[in-house]
Amino acid sequence: MNRFHERAVNALLTVLFWLVIGTTAGLILFIAARGIKGMSWEFVSAMPRDRGLAGGVLPAIVGTLVLTSGTALVTVPLGVLAGVYLTEYARPGPAVRLVNLAIVNLAGVPSIVYGLFGLAVFVLSLRLGPSLAAASLTLGVMTLPVVVTATREALAAVPVAYREAAYALGASRRQVILTHVLPYAKSGIVGGSLLGLSRAMGETAPILVTGVAFWLPRLPTGPASRFMALPYHLYIIATQVPGMPPARIWATALTLLGLVMALNFAAAGLRRYGKGG
Amino acid sequence: MDTGKIEIASLSCAFGSRQVLHDITLTLAGRCVTAIIGPSGSGKSTLLRCLNRMTDLVPDARVSGKIILDGTDILRREQDVVQLRQKVGMVFQKPNPFPRSVYDNVAYGPRIRGLRRRRELDRVVEEALRGAALWEEVRDRLHAPALSLSGGQQQRLCIARCLAVRPQVLLMDEPCSALDPAATAKIEDLITGLRRELTVVLVTHNLQQAARVSDHTVFLLDGELVEAGETATIFTRARDPRTDAYVTGRFG
Amino acid sequence: MDKWHKAASRFRTRRPLRGAGPAWLLEIGFAALVRLAGYLLIAAVLLIFYFLFSQARPLFGHTALWDFITGPRWLPVSEPPLFGILPFIVGSAWIVSWALALGVPLGLAVAVYLAEMAGPRVRSLAGPLLTTLAGIPSVVYGVIGLLVVAPWVARLLSLPTGLTGLTAGTVLALMIVPTVATLSEEAIRSVPEEYREAALAMGATPFQARWTVLIPAASSGIAASVLLAMGRALGETMTVLMVGGGRLVLPTGLAVPMRTMTATLAVESAYAVHRSLHYAALFAMGLVLFAITFFITLAADRLLQRAKRGVGQT
Repeated sequence: MNRFHERAVNALLTVLFWLVIGTTAGLILFIAARGIKGMSWEFVSAMPRDRGLAGGVLPAIVGTLVLTSGTALVTVPLGVLAGVYLTEYARPGPAVRLVNLAIVNLAGVPSIVYGLFGLAVFVLSLRLGPSLAAASLTLGVMTLPVVVTATREALAAVPVAYREAAYALGASRRQVILTHVLPYAKSGIVGGSLLGLSRAMGETAPILVTGVAFWLPRLPTGPASRFMALPYHLYIIATQVPGMPPARIWATALTLLGLVMALNFAAAGLRRYGKGG
Repeated sequence: MDTGKIEIASLSCAFGSRQVLHDITLTLAGRCVTAIIGPSGSGKSTLLRCLNRMTDLVPDARVSGKIILDGTDILRREQDVVQLRQKVGMVFQKPNPFPRSVYDNVAYGPRIRGLRRRRELDRVVEEALRGAALWEEVRDRLHAPALSLSGGQQQRLCIARCLAVRPQVLLMDEPCSALDPAATAKIEDLITGLRRELTVVLVTHNLQQAARVSDHTVFLLDGELVEAGETATIFTRARDPRTDAYVTGRFG
Repeated sequence: MDKWHKAASRFRTRRPLRGAGPAWLLEIGFAALVRLAGYLLIAAVLLIFYFLFSQARPLFGHTALWDFITGPRWLPVSEPPLFGILPFIVGSAWIVSWALALGVPLGLAVAVYLAEMAGPRVRSLAGPLLTTLAGIPSVVYGVIGLLVVAPWVARLLSLPTGLTGLTAGTVLALMIVPTVATLSEEAIRSVPEEYREAALAMGATPFQARWTVLIPAASSGIAASVLLAMGRALGETMTVLMVGGGRLVLPTGLAVPMRTMTATLAVESAYAVHRSLHYAALFAMGLVLFAITFFITLAADRLLQRAKRGVGQT
């Protein structure tokens, strides 16, 4: 009787596991199949026409890429420096405990709350207005905890012997970090940062109030300009434009998913490479 | 008859292509302490792990031969390993109490066997803790986390955890190697006391310990049985020169 | 070793032995810079709190915090305006509870299966799929909910609209599966193998060893994964905005249109007039959300710390 209930539980687990895996695979295939129907060269290379009912999504693609680069510009230097502080300089104590607490909590703040923060600080108080700069800063702050955590993990994995060898040659702490430790940890740091950026790339809520525009059929001109972005474009055409053909919605979703996943898997590959070498 | 005697006949064991035990034939007397000694890599732990089929957990292990306990061959395919391990308990090198309370650790075995009645569990736990000479030290903190005990106490707790299922045989794999001398002395006293109740098989590379606590000693070298006999004989008048060389500290 | 040679030679050529002065300054400067970056993280948390609070403050002259949280009506631009966010809190509660009820068992099943039963080939298949599931942007989940799940829900339950809390919760459940699965799997894997050995050596079946020793030993980590999933579901915006239905009335069941705090913020903060009461009320809502998630992540972190300590101790 005992063994019977063991087998029943194991069977249930197996079924649930394959249910999740099957649903996931089905979902991806479904989006791909539906999206490819609406996909064309024009779709990814032309300006939108007629409230997105025709033409392409080029400005949204470019906007998303520029926005993500802007986010990287904000978050990577700050995040890496903070990670270096935590692993290489800080001694355990109240300051480090506070920083750790801050990282944990920043990681848990809902993205829409980052949006409010960005609205109050960057858009209004710093008078950047709704712009690429304000949105990049907002997403940058949101991505910080991911970059810091990735940096810490990568730095902690640098072998002690490697540092000691550098110190033994008379290098200073700064030199050891800049010329030995960081280069060694590079792929881990870059991989972790890309992972964070891939999440930022798919975010809609924080840019909703900090600078994204639905209808701006030209490419962004500078940090002060407003911009289109794929996630927001997708949201609008899916919910606000009557008569939008589903094929266009799925094609937009597939484009966004493709960009996010490319970054995501590049990140995973780099991190694995970092662990191997 | 429940004598706890173990007869091992031409036991061999290999992990993949590596032969670890070669054709071992040996009788372990019931209700005695038998020490298995030998240099590192001589197969002591493997021999011990064959006795309760923990070798089954290694995917590419092959065990052949016979091990007779209570008149049945425990290596035969139909042997229920779960039942076997209830009869043959095991204490590991590093104390490994579960991360829960002292009480729950000792009650673990009886509970997975379906014992639920509180009064009876209390009795079994107390008995087992007394058997492991730990009761007096923990009676006031039975519900404290087991990991808050000292290393020596944790190891005695592991012994109590085994005793709670009333095994006939207790296998001990270098149970003192992670402990300080005072804690070691307590465990050794305990082993001497346990001999009246059950068969103890003790793997150790501490020769003094083997001499102090065991009745019989088995000397293994490179997976082969070199000599087995009364501890006093092995340590003073070994027949085989290799045994003599080992116990007098000339190698290993 | 190649890397080392490169790095070492660079170090030799870049640093001829100059006077001590500028080198010393560089050291101090760099140390100060990284320290500043570290403290900036603390500043960020404080600033978020400060800005939410300062922007929200004008509201509390109009509506007390307690009335704000328990008020059943949200009429931000009527005259006089009413600011009660109870409908959104209840909406969030319905949606998150349903998402957890559905997603946590699935996530745990995946975790246990991956940690304990799956072979290497199944694991290498499941890993990337779960990564993908976790990486799908929430707006894409919203589209899936809108175009796929909602019509099903409407048909299955013969509802006038498929845009309900039930639909939103169902989509959210799928989103939290990878969170629960990967974190719980890690927790189960980090339980020392000795525990299993000890249990097996005492005559536990492998099944008993798994369920009576390994998984209980991983329980802090598992609980943390559930809390983090809850935080994620609570903060999720686009999906609930797109498929939740958006009705402002206090929801009395799961299968009705409803709105969460996050959805309200997303819709209204784009058009609320700066420095108006409405604007302040939205920041107050953000503050409430911030506080709730703050405590959830704090609790999850505590549990994770405990898990680490419990396993590390011998």
